Amino acid sequence: MKKNNCCSKNPVIKLPAGERLCKSHFTKYFEGKVFRTIRQFNLIGKKERIVAALSGGKDSLTLLHILNKLSKQNPRIKVEAITIDEGIKGYREKTLKTAKKFCKKNKIKLNLFSFKKEFGLKLDNMIDVLNEKPCTVCGILRRYLLNKKSKELGFTKLATGHNLDDECQSIMMNQFKNNMQASARLGPISGVNKNKKFVPRIKPLYLCTEKETAIYAYSNNLLDNFTECPNITESYRAEIRNMLNDFEQKFPGTKHSIINSFLQILPELKSGFKEQGLNYCNICQEPASKGKCNACRLLDKIKKVK
Amino acid sequence: MKLNVFYDRENTEKTIELADNSSVKDLLKKMKINPVTVIVGIKDQIVLEDEKLKDKGNIKIISVISGG
Repeated sequence: MKKNNCCSKNPVIKLPAGERLCKSHFTKYFEGKVFRTIRQFNLIGKKERIVAALSGGKDSLTLLHILNKLSKQNPRIKVEAITIDEGIKGYREKTLKTAKKFCKKNKIKLNLFSFKKEFGLKLDNMIDVLNEKPCTVCGILRRYLLNKKSKELGFTKLATGHNLDDECQSIMMNQFKNNMQASARLGPISGVNKNKKFVPRIKPLYLCTEKETAIYAYSNNLLDNFTECPNITESYRAEIRNMLNDFEQKFPGTKHSIINSFLQILPELKSGFKEQGLNYCNICQEPASKGKCNACRLLDKIKKVK
Repeated sequence: MKLNVFYDRENTEKTIELADNSSVKDLLKKMKINPVTVIVGIKDQIVLEDEKLKDKGNIKIISVISGG
């Protein structure tokens, strides 16, 4: 990128190679990186109906903002948003408001679903009766609804705001827990095995760090307040995240190295776990590894203890 | 010098004492905050770690952490 005076006067970021960029040049740099990621990993075809999973946080707002720009440049790519209201008191109300406001301002259709309406209980109430970590319950049921509803609504891709930091955390968590099968499902695009029950999931922010994404979101005024899920401190992921951030501070480039080495072994991982074909849940008919899907297993437990 | 600093993650405004001519990096070190996890703003303008702190107020530390 050509160096400019504006970049030396008001830089918003110093890139790993030492280059400083102002808001305007950083915005171009960041969007360029996202578009390159989309091309490099063939995330989006010529004609698509994409739905972006929108939580109302910085990652999903950034994702939707950039996909919306892409859609305006290319009318054969349609973009809508999908939001799941899990029912987390003191948190979801605020992010939901941000999500609605953003979609209204940018004329993007928002498809809203809630745990309460779909499963009969809010996440907060499920946690009260289940002996499970909130993030486990939330993750399983949110992913279940995102896939089910995206498919029912006829979308061809489900885009999520997962960034480089999120992916690094998942890779390390799977490594620490000896769960390579879960790692085989990671990567910038997954669920593409032409299964009619799965909407392929794409991660256009795959090569963007959490900090870069936050700088993009704040400097483009996509959000102005900090909201953190109250359940995060209890998660294993949070421990891994802190460890990775400590390492990154001491040894800059650690996270990029994790992602780059992972991308090298990912094809081997995917082919190694290909044999384990997908089955369907004997209750809801959604994808499951065997017998009941994880969502139905959880919902069964809730019914028993309620 | 004494600085008024708002840290959004803790939702608190703190007074931090630092040597004159200190930088954003020095401030974060004093507050035991990992620079990888935050953005620092002065008067709503993002500032980099090596920037010297001249203003005594309107310093905001914004957490970039999200997700569960």
